[in-house]
Amino acid sequence: MKKLFIATALLSTSLLTPLYAADYIIDTKGAHASINFNTKHMGFSVLTGRFNTFNGSFSYDEANIAASKIKVTIDTTSIDSNHAERDKHLRSDDFLSAGKFGTATFTSTTVEDKGNGKLAIKGDFTLHGITKSIVIDAIKIGEGSDPWGGYRLGFSGTTQIAMGDFGFKMDFGKVNLNLYIEGIRQ
Amino acid sequence: MWKNSETAYGLVTKAIHWLTVVMVFGLFAVGFWMVDLTYYSPWYKTAPHWHKSVGIILLIITSLRLLWRWVNVSPLPISSHSNSVKKASKIAHLVIYVLLFVLMISGYLISTADDRAIDVFNWFSIPALGELFDKQADISGFIHQYVAYILVALSILHGAAAVKHHVIDKDETLKRMIR
Repeated sequence: MKKLFIATALLSTSLLTPLYAADYIIDTKGAHASINFNTKHMGFSVLTGRFNTFNGSFSYDEANIAASKIKVTIDTTSIDSNHAERDKHLRSDDFLSAGKFGTATFTSTTVEDKGNGKLAIKGDFTLHGITKSIVIDAIKIGEGSDPWGGYRLGFSGTTQIAMGDFGFKMDFGKVNLNLYIEGIRQ
Repeated sequence: MWKNSETAYGLVTKAIHWLTVVMVFGLFAVGFWMVDLTYYSPWYKTAPHWHKSVGIILLIITSLRLLWRWVNVSPLPISSHSNSVKKASKIAHLVIYVLLFVLMISGYLISTADDRAIDVFNWFSIPALGELFDKQADISGFIHQYVAYILVALSILHGAAAVKHHVIDKDETLKRMIR
């Protein structure tokens, strides 16, 4: 009886929508998050790829969106464009210099509520040892309890960077970054 | 004539030896040059394709060479050579063989890390074994680059030693591989 009471209490707590700023860890363990990139291939088509290894956390408060924060750390050596030779080249000094700059980070500075679940997340993006301010246009996808006793909140985000801004030796212009981030509330 | 004897190299051994010389230095030159090609170079795709094709053919030739060496007698060392020279040249030859295989296998492992086969001149293709270990393309690439430098340096030393025997010692060493 006592056990049932505790279980019910725990379950009902987890079902409640938080009324305070909550901290979330991005679910990279269950791979319910991805950091993808795409860039034009000589104007013929679009090449896509992703970073397989990253981690991050964010805090989000529906009542005070401007107080939200996010930090993501990407392992640049985990770049995957589905071609081992190209990935080796992308990790080389022509692009990421992944041996020297093994991580890229994004740390938000300000979050602006654009209404209707839309956010403009401004922050410092460090890639190839160079830090630039970028804006990620994010959309809240959904939140709620999962069937396994956790509470999840997810966003999508897009931004565009120029290879030249980050000092790549080979510069193929603009790269679009698309993120899907699902956080588990702590 | 075709086969080796105890005093002379046969035609097959000599042909493979000199073909290997041309292929190794050709592969080295192309490899050294092609890694710095720009994306928009017309050679950007062709040079690596030919490099890989020739490399696979060299792997096949070198495997057959070992087989030929095994079923055949090897000429005895030249009697005027000192024991240390005999020993040193034997070790050098062994190391060259080992480096050749390490070089060719590491090259194969770079290109096949993602299960892609290697096309040999659009003639036939060598299937991939997939990713056998973590960071395969990067580790194999590192080995491929530095073993290539060592092999070329050792090959030059090997050639210089033969010339030294010909010019200074005036013995049969170089002539045996030419005549």
